[in-house]
Amino acid sequence: MKSTLVVLVENKPGVLNRVASLFRRRAFNIDSLAVGRTENPDVSRMTIVVDSDQLNIERLTAYLYKLVNVIQVYNLTATPSVDRDLALIKVQANDESRSHIMQIVDVFRARIVDVNSNSLMVEITGDEEKIEGFIEVLKPWGIIEMVRTGLVSMARGASSLLVDPIPVSDFNRITV
Amino acid sequence: MKKKQTGAQIVWECLIREGVEVVFGYPGGANLPLYDALPDYPIHHVLVRHEQGASHAADGYARSTGKVGVAMTTSGPGATNMVTGIATAMMDSSPTVFITGQVASKLIGYDAFQEIDVTGITLPITKHNYLVTDVNEISSAIREAFYIARTGRPGPVLVDISKDAQQNAIEWEYDDSPIKLPGYRPDPTLSRGHVQQVVDMIQSARRPVILAGNGIIASGAMDEVLDFAEHTNTPVAMTLLGLGAFPASHPLALGMMGMHGESWVNTAIQEADLLIAFGMRFDDRVTGNVKTYAPKARKIQFDIDLSEINKNVPVDAALIGDLRHTLRQVIDFIQPCEHREWVETIQQMKDEASAHSILTDSGDKHLYAAHVIDELWKCTDGDAIIVTDVGQNQMWAAQYYKLDKPARFISSGGLGTMGFGLPAAVGVKMGNPDAEVWLIVGDGGFQMTQAELSTAAQEGIKITIALINNGYMGMVRQWQEFFYDRRYSATPMRNPDFVKIAEAHGLTGLLVTQRADIEKTIQQARQTEGTVLIEFKVEKEDSVYPMVPAGASLHQMIRRPVPNTAFEKEEAQSKAK
Repeated sequence: MKSTLVVLVENKPGVLNRVASLFRRRAFNIDSLAVGRTENPDVSRMTIVVDSDQLNIERLTAYLYKLVNVIQVYNLTATPSVDRDLALIKVQANDESRSHIMQIVDVFRARIVDVNSNSLMVEITGDEEKIEGFIEVLKPWGIIEMVRTGLVSMARGASSLLVDPIPVSDFNRITV
Repeated sequence: MKKKQTGAQIVWECLIREGVEVVFGYPGGANLPLYDALPDYPIHHVLVRHEQGASHAADGYARSTGKVGVAMTTSGPGATNMVTGIATAMMDSSPTVFITGQVASKLIGYDAFQEIDVTGITLPITKHNYLVTDVNEISSAIREAFYIARTGRPGPVLVDISKDAQQNAIEWEYDDSPIKLPGYRPDPTLSRGHVQQVVDMIQSARRPVILAGNGIIASGAMDEVLDFAEHTNTPVAMTLLGLGAFPASHPLALGMMGMHGESWVNTAIQEADLLIAFGMRFDDRVTGNVKTYAPKARKIQFDIDLSEINKNVPVDAALIGDLRHTLRQVIDFIQPCEHREWVETIQQMKDEASAHSILTDSGDKHLYAAHVIDELWKCTDGDAIIVTDVGQNQMWAAQYYKLDKPARFISSGGLGTMGFGLPAAVGVKMGNPDAEVWLIVGDGGFQMTQAELSTAAQEGIKITIALINNGYMGMVRQWQEFFYDRRYSATPMRNPDFVKIAEAHGLTGLLVTQRADIEKTIQQARQTEGTVLIEFKVEKEDSVYPMVPAGASLHQMIRRPVPNTAFEKEEAQSKAK
């Protein structure tokens, strides 16, 4: 099962390495990892998608908390949240095919960000499913190059993970 | 008041503020500024002969005193030589700080002479580490390093300091404002809801066993565990590193559990209906096959480290936090319990097992390590600090030297580092100058770090070394005997004359080849000034019993053949030939 973890870490050199190294060391596979700044300049935010069962996600959470630079870990998998991935896709396009592709782009509410006599570059944001679907439809036209940012995720509602952290004692529960 | 100080001076100033009295180390190019400043500070530096020795010595110092042990080396090979010692400290949660020199910051990343990515290399084997390239960040890094090393679940922290940061000078004064580590939670709080569940489980158990681990010693919870055990009448089994956490002479003490645990201890665990784990992590050497481990028992785990819960063995309840506090809270809710039948059943198993003990062997032809250690225990009133190496010597020490006090069994458990013994013993003695320190070591492990005899000689300290020489890498030979058809591949050793080696260092060397000489030689060694090495030429092919083969169920032990009859058979056979 895919799980989405949001990890708030201190914004210091080497922290990404510590987190990535932990996944390697404990043999967890990272499906995607996105890292960036937050509203607080001292805090970076990682969204990590992991394919693992519930017990292992709890193990992983406990290991993440052992890293001194990790401030909070949240499992947003079951929380109502907005998930977004961004992809840039360069697709083959000539005078004949260009308008067909542009129609597809419209249907998916994607955007054309670069036009060339032989290609188009398309930007699309959305959850994973939408982007996967878009890629499938574009494939027959010939994808030249593609890049994805990896998922970022944020819980719905007015609270902030950074300002209203879940108290640590909640992690004292044990599931068997 | 602010004063102009170099980075090197700031390091020593900070170490003094942390209460450091002894540092184990070795100078080199990238930490020369540190060593240049050293003579101005009241800190005793122990010059080791190999950086691995410094790391184990700091570890031994930490384990035996409860204070943070400090080792200091140069960059590159100086730092990589400590990797084994850092990993050893990590696996056994030993509060240690390692300070390494690094090449000048402008050279970092250019493969400069003796440059290595030490923080990268030690990332998975430290609790945390720091690379400091700015003199302004030295004091905060060192303060945090000590704080992290000794709080929560203790462990090693490494601080790598570039040479220019050591050399640069700033206007500086010590900052003792609270340490800010927003993500560090050394003592997670106890959740109340679980206390009741734990209390109910303890109250309703009929065949409970306490599993006592190193966490008891780290927490200083010996009194609480004793109270709990007596209050609930629960027998106590100990892990290797838990030895001494509960007095061995107490009627409720069972002895060591696990691969070389006593038969009644492992059987009791397999028959128990409740296991109460205090600061132990269900290591595979303790559980045997986890699928068949204590199948009838519900399990409660007390640990300060959340990641240990459900890691190796699923538990029914857990309490997170410093054992001393969590246990206090639980004890208050528990009514006194009686488990007379259960305790008697275990006592019967214990009585039956005594026939297998090599100590009952009445013949005196054979010199066994068991007799050496039993005699050592008697001669020292069980009051010495025992440092061991790894292998058969370690297991025999654990089985026969019965400790009543904590932090007196200093041994590499998790990593099982051969060569740990001698340098660790140096560290133990430096931290406990008035204690009687004995090293129990095999011929293999001794030769791995033998160079530290020079360190002991230079420091003029007294360690007494019981070198158990069987001419083999004994534990590996034992596995070859049991599981590899006695093909002794690369385990026989052609050894040097150990007595002469001691003498070459200006120390005393003694030789024992007969059982009758054990006691008087031990007494002679105790009365001799300076470090003494006693070489015990023991039976070459004796094994550690009982033994749970790796991966087998805990109750499937290989038992020692009942001694005398075995010899009679052996002798009859040799006569027949």
